[in-house]
Amino acid sequence: MDRGLIDALRQAVGAEHVLTGREDLLRYAGDATPGLSRLPAAVVVPASAAEVAKVLALANEANVPVYPRGGVTGPGAGAVPPQDGIVLLTARMNRIVEIDAANLVAVAEPGVAVGDLNKAVEEFGLIYPPDPGTVATATLGGTAAENAGGLRGLKYGVSKHYVLGLEVVLADGRILHTGGKTVKDVAGYDLTKLFTGAAGTLGVITQATVKLVPAPEARQTMLAAFAGPEDAGRAIAAIIAARVIPATLEIMDGATVRAVEEYARTGLPADAAAVLLIEVDGIAEAVAKEAAKVIEALTAANAAAIRTATDAAEREKLWAARRAVLPALAGLRPAMFVADAMVPRGKVPAMIGAVKAIAARNGVTIGTFGHAGDGNLHPTVVYDSSDAAEMERVHKAMDEIAAAARELGGALSGERGGGGQLKYREDQLGPAALGAMRAIKKALDPNCILNPGKLVGECG
Amino acid sequence: MSADKQLLAEVADAVANCMKCGNCMEVCPLYKELKTEASVARGKIALLEAVLSGRTDITAGLDKRLAMCVSCKACTAKCPCGVKADELIIRGREAVVKARGLHPVKKAAFSLLKARALFDFGLRLAGLFGPLAFKKLPGRLATVARFPMPGLDRKRIMAPVAATPLRNQYPEVVRVDNPKLRVAFFTGCTINYIYTDVGQAVINVLKANDVEVTLPALQHCCAVPVYMSGDAELARAFARHNIETFERYDPDYIVAACGSCTMAWKHEYPQMFAADPAMKARAEKLAARVYEISQFLVDVAKFRRDNLGEVRATVTMHDPCHMARGINVTAQPREVLKAIPGLKFVEMKEPARCCGAGGSFSLAHYDVARLVNDRKVADIAQTGAATVATGCGMCRMHITDGLVQSGRSEEVVHTVQLLDRAYQAGRK
Ligand SMILES: Cc1cc2nc3c(=O)[nH]c(=O)nc-3n(C[C@H](O)[C@H](O)[C@H](O)COP(=O)(O)OP(=O)(O)OC[C@H]3O[C@@H](n4cnc5c(N)ncnc54)[C@H](O)[C@@H]3O)c2cc1C
Repeated sequence: MDRGLIDALRQAVGAEHVLTGREDLLRYAGDATPGLSRLPAAVVVPASAAEVAKVLALANEANVPVYPRGGVTGPGAGAVPPQDGIVLLTARMNRIVEIDAANLVAVAEPGVAVGDLNKAVEEFGLIYPPDPGTVATATLGGTAAENAGGLRGLKYGVSKHYVLGLEVVLADGRILHTGGKTVKDVAGYDLTKLFTGAAGTLGVITQATVKLVPAPEARQTMLAAFAGPEDAGRAIAAIIAARVIPATLEIMDGATVRAVEEYARTGLPADAAAVLLIEVDGIAEAVAKEAAKVIEALTAANAAAIRTATDAAEREKLWAARRAVLPALAGLRPAMFVADAMVPRGKVPAMIGAVKAIAARNGVTIGTFGHAGDGNLHPTVVYDSSDAAEMERVHKAMDEIAAAARELGGALSGERGGGGQLKYREDQLGPAALGAMRAIKKALDPNCILNPGKLVGECG
Repeated sequence: MSADKQLLAEVADAVANCMKCGNCMEVCPLYKELKTEASVARGKIALLEAVLSGRTDITAGLDKRLAMCVSCKACTAKCPCGVKADELIIRGREAVVKARGLHPVKKAAFSLLKARALFDFGLRLAGLFGPLAFKKLPGRLATVARFPMPGLDRKRIMAPVAATPLRNQYPEVVRVDNPKLRVAFFTGCTINYIYTDVGQAVINVLKANDVEVTLPALQHCCAVPVYMSGDAELARAFARHNIETFERYDPDYIVAACGSCTMAWKHEYPQMFAADPAMKARAEKLAARVYEISQFLVDVAKFRRDNLGEVRATVTMHDPCHMARGINVTAQPREVLKAIPGLKFVEMKEPARCCGAGGSFSLAHYDVARLVNDRKVADIAQTGAATVATGCGMCRMHITDGLVQSGRSEEVVHTVQLLDRAYQAGRK
């Protein structure tokens, strides 16, 4: 990259906030997705919307791509620069500007960790629900840009249900404001929703106004073990059919259950083929009623064992099993790979069964767990990478898992990276919708400097 | 494969287990201040990966970034995948030392440390001549340099080197009339050469509980500073020396009054000899007998509470990283304090959050260490306590520095010193 541009960036944000050392850049060069491994030319860490505007104006002028980044917890090739360019980090824009408890609204900068936002609103008896598994480090900007949901997504929805307004810097450095504190806002197109979920391809979010909701006053946690995954599937269907929407509906397969027991002795029935962790929350009376319905559904689905937590300590015990999953699986073998599969909710038991058969067939160890409520499963393979024969079986099993997900009407998210992404998009969206999206991209970012290649493909 | 790369190849799978989820960013005290990937475990592991995949070499830049870690273990405690990031970072430093040699300043310091007798002699000289170089601050065990010294921030508060090291103040065996238990006291360097007041308190308190104390004369540095710098060979030499020294006494218990020293004996010595089963077994045999002083008093000696006098003080506690996450001893020091009549205990916010000392880290990276320390000082100030109890000499020195720099007057002591005061008050 042109030295003059680097100097200008230093001018714009302060020399110490432009990193160019090879070791600093390496971290941003790529993730596990092969092929995406070019070093960015610089990492720039602006402190305000005005500084972001300067950076984008410079980059746009020079036709250099910019990759916005928050907590960098997004899986796959999300924010990884596939060619020379500037990584724009929001880490220094981390102020909570305002908590307006009366209006159930918070205003914050994009680099605020969602977990920190939740800590701050907690004292007002409020929560910001879209908190992914990585709440502690995923940022408000990153979650909004990815339209992230959370462990409570089934009941509480995803980011777009909470983002009310945005401050966005466009590719050429102009700053615009969308939406605001009001719930209903119909002046012009809904640009808030457009930038929410745009994955940083249309502009850089520099401030967000988000809706808060009252923290649930009560919750009830339940854990049920089943002799077969189909029983667990029936239980999930029965819970939804009873018109209960749990805040949490997590599943673990038998291999995972055994690993957890081996590791943490949480008292899960070791012979279970599937275990569900369910939590309902809300107003105390409603919670009691919903919990009764859940237990009814579990019993009807032949649950082999049901445990309910009556106090905080017991709730902690039930959750401890869920939290032990990854360390337990990691402990089985030297290395592990956590895959990310989406299947329709009704196909969760079938997917678990398919993974189990694939593991047995290939002689590899795989534990599957995930959010049964929204069909997001994590088949997790553990292995020893120094064993070439085993690695061959592992790769074969992974391919088969991807095929199984497709067969059930879903996909592995890793598949969507790189070259496969575009094909997937076209199939999913159809040419007209993709064309409209590209037109929007072209209008807002004519030089195609923002996250080029991501979401709607390379600019034509 | 070259020896340096081989060191990393051995941990390739452990490195691969990092999902890059970034949970370590939430707890890393350095990331909080620096906000760069290279300052946090996830970024350092990515750098190790880059070396493993041949995308970068073991460069000076890598050395510099791996040095940016206080070894507080917060990332390891937090990691949802059980990645032992702190150990991987030390492994990375080991590879750096293999490939590039030690940093010259460290090399000079360690070669002095290597010769135990010379090291002892040097520090005794420092104790005699220290007052010429350092000005004592009134009312506390703290000094500030009289003139600029290489590698030392001019304003930084140090503790004076003791005129007479602890082990020279006592006979090798401190006898009691009817010993109920016998222990060997591993003093560690800070207690032997600097904070002899802590060593005296340990001996007083053990005597008050009818425990006979042996101070093996030839004991040496616990090896933690050397180990953390990546000089594994020298660390093993120290470990071996200490193991051989203590074996000769065949003690029932080994007591230390420093989280890092205790951790070295309990976890690191056995680990250092992973490739030497005979030596590993010897290390493990002793490791099972090692206790941190508060742990020993509470769990083994069941310290006397009937003759404790009043200590009127409001006290808060800082849990050193290696106490909280190295040996998991946080309940016992609190139990000691809560047993003292008249003492009011107030918990501070995040007591186990690193103070920034990180052993020699705060010497090499004083500016960052101060930023981390400022948060600790603010948390201390919020409690309204006049006394901070802790279990590590380096924390004591660093927090004292932070308090003085902020114009505050709290005293920082070792927990066992407060118990000693209570026994003394009980005798009056
Ligand atoms: C273990 C684990 C569990 C997870 N669980 C969930 C889950 O339950 N639900 C879920 O939805 N996701 C989940 N995720 C995915 C991830 O946490 C989310 O996608 C999160 O929203 C990313 O936030 P981030 O701050 O890390 O963004 P980054 O990863 O830094 O960026 C993500 C994308 O947003 C863009 N971006 C970032 N900041 C801005 C900005 N200020 N303006 C414009 N664009 C921006 C980037 O360019 C990139 O395209 C999980 C990930 C992991 C590793």
